[in-house]
Amino acid sequence: MMKRHTVAVLVNDQPGVLQRVSGLFGRRGFNIESITVGTSEEAGLSRMVIVTTGDDKTLEQVTKQLYKLIDVIKVVDLSANPMVGRELALIKVTAEPGARPEIMGVVETFRAAVVDIGTTSLMVQVVGDTDKIDAMIELMKPYGIRELSRTGVTAMVRGSAR
Amino acid sequence: MVAQHATLRSKEEIMESLRKPEVITGSEILLRSLVLEDVECVFGYPGGAVLYIYDAMHGFSDFQHLLTRHEQGAIHAADGYARASGKVGVCIATSGPGATNLVTGIATAYMDSVPLVVITGNVATTLIGTDAFQEADITGITMPITKHSYLVRKAADLPRIIHEAFHIANTGRKGPVLIDIPKDVSAELALFEPVTEVNIRGYNPTVTPKKLQVDKMLKAISEAERPIVLAGGGVVYSGGHEELYEFIKKSGIPITTTLLGLGAFPSGEELWLGMPGMHGTYTANTAIQDADLLINIGARFDDRVTGKLSGFAPKAKIVHIDIDPAEIGKNVPTDIPIVGDVKTVLQMANKEVKYAEKADTWRAQLAASCKEKPYRYNDSEDELKPQWVIEMLYEESNGDAIVTTDVGQHQMWAAQYYKFNKPRSWVTSGGLGTMGFGFPSAIGAQMANPDRLVISINGDGGMQMCAQELAICAINNIPVKVVIINNQVLGMVRQWQEIIYDNRYSHIDLAGSPDFVKLAEAYGVRGFRATNKEDARAVWQEAMNHPGPAVVEFVVRKNENVYPMVTQGSTIDQMLMGDSE
Repeated sequence: MMKRHTVAVLVNDQPGVLQRVSGLFGRRGFNIESITVGTSEEAGLSRMVIVTTGDDKTLEQVTKQLYKLIDVIKVVDLSANPMVGRELALIKVTAEPGARPEIMGVVETFRAAVVDIGTTSLMVQVVGDTDKIDAMIELMKPYGIRELSRTGVTAMVRGSAR
Repeated sequence: MVAQHATLRSKEEIMESLRKPEVITGSEILLRSLVLEDVECVFGYPGGAVLYIYDAMHGFSDFQHLLTRHEQGAIHAADGYARASGKVGVCIATSGPGATNLVTGIATAYMDSVPLVVITGNVATTLIGTDAFQEADITGITMPITKHSYLVRKAADLPRIIHEAFHIANTGRKGPVLIDIPKDVSAELALFEPVTEVNIRGYNPTVTPKKLQVDKMLKAISEAERPIVLAGGGVVYSGGHEELYEFIKKSGIPITTTLLGLGAFPSGEELWLGMPGMHGTYTANTAIQDADLLINIGARFDDRVTGKLSGFAPKAKIVHIDIDPAEIGKNVPTDIPIVGDVKTVLQMANKEVKYAEKADTWRAQLAASCKEKPYRYNDSEDELKPQWVIEMLYEESNGDAIVTTDVGQHQMWAAQYYKFNKPRSWVTSGGLGTMGFGFPSAIGAQMANPDRLVISINGDGGMQMCAQELAICAINNIPVKVVIINNQVLGMVRQWQEIIYDNRYSHIDLAGSPDFVKLAEAYGVRGFRATNKEDARAVWQEAMNHPGPAVVEFVVRKNENVYPMVTQGSTIDQMLMGDSE
């Protein structure tokens, strides 16, 4: 059964490590929906969070193949546990002064924020899970989205488990 | 015979003097580190970006350097050296085209899990990324076909990187590791201190299996009525051939060995069924399909072995022993996975394994099948048959040679008709199927085994892909016996075009090939030719009596096919048996 999986990959912070990981996904035919990389709690290690779709067998192969990379330290299927997944989107939406109060209303309801105002546009920042961002984008569409940029998902398992 | 490794100082003296910490150049660090890794022989080709390295090699005699005539020859030689010895093969090439000429050889080694350390030069760090002269992103290019790679940023890192590279190449599932050294790094001075420990956090292969899993296998053996072992290259690579022999003798389980597993188990033994797969024996293939227990030991269920995957071993419980967990369940769903080193797993199993008592009928049935349906061909008194040539080579060498092959029909005939009794006596490109591999790999195999007979069996096609290396055989008097099975055509392609593409022969005629005897002699290598049986044996004996390298061309029938043959998309018990039917 095809499912969406969120996988955290702890890697050595080495030049080329992103290429090793993304290249592996590409050549083995594993799909990447999003990928985020940043520093981790340990110096010298980065954490990648990758959202991929596939059945359980695909996920098993992804995990095993990732472990074969020398620069990969640990692979965790975050989505096997209760997890918090968040991404951030910046949306530049067309907003003549007259339309602004209505847009601000939506922004407030979503606990989003206006982070820049142009003469005919607003830049909206929204943080949340993928569904929330998708919903926000749908609501902004009627006003005219000029530019959209999403970070991709970063995630963590809930509770004190590591 | 083979050019001697210069031994002015004793090995211990050399090692001791090299271990002294000293400020030296990156190039000198490289050479010292290689010697400390017990490297005896390096295959290479100089160029701009490795000039400092070659300068350091001027007058250097602590290991031998063989100058090949193409980088591809160098890496296939290093590969043959590694396969025939179990040691890490080493080659050196310059940046850009030197490095990209290694790509096929790296992929060849990667597919067959051969330990190599591949050293490339690169442009200076200040020029990287500027499209400098002879610049190529070789670490990027080879990422999918190396076990690991390094781009060295400073000379002080070299001792650690080289030690890690040898460790990674030759442990776990073995494979090629690339070290890319920019020109300025090879000139930079740094304090050399030998590194003797490795600490790679993300690399810790599982050697010892879970006892519980081994017990499950033993229980399955005791219950099986139709068990079979499928043994592959992993047995050879782990050095577990003696343990495998003990395991088979104790359990009485019939065994088939894959192309890369030939020699892992003595072919003369009664329980040996031959090779499975596309050109395997009738008995091995039908046995796999009928088996109720299939124990895969160090093979990877390649498509040339399994045929149509969904119909493979349909009645069998599957046990899979592999050091690479990613191989288990990749192609064939596995009931009892055993992750570990083959030798270690078998040592554990051999303590408790019992004779498979319920399998008596099965053993008798397979033994009868082996007698009834061996490999077979219609011999001829008028034409030289390639199968006959291989049988003749086997007889004349008492089955004791190291045989290397190229890729195609001659490779399959060699696998079928040369019977191997020892591991590391069979060097062939299985996974990648690299033409041009057969001859240079024999040079490496001979360098690793100066006292053994090395026969390189090639087709007339593949021989022309690396023939230039005849030069280094001549110059260094490397006594490889090079066989060319000349059918004047790209035989395996011809066979597929005949059987699958309805006799539409497209671009397979090798008319215009050189006179191979003259080609050999142009390089200063003795050349022989035979076109009939009588001459064939006579010229072969003459070539054997010649102390140096020799090329022996056997002109054979053009339209001979390899049988049995499982066409793609069929299950492996659906074999075309050919004219021997």
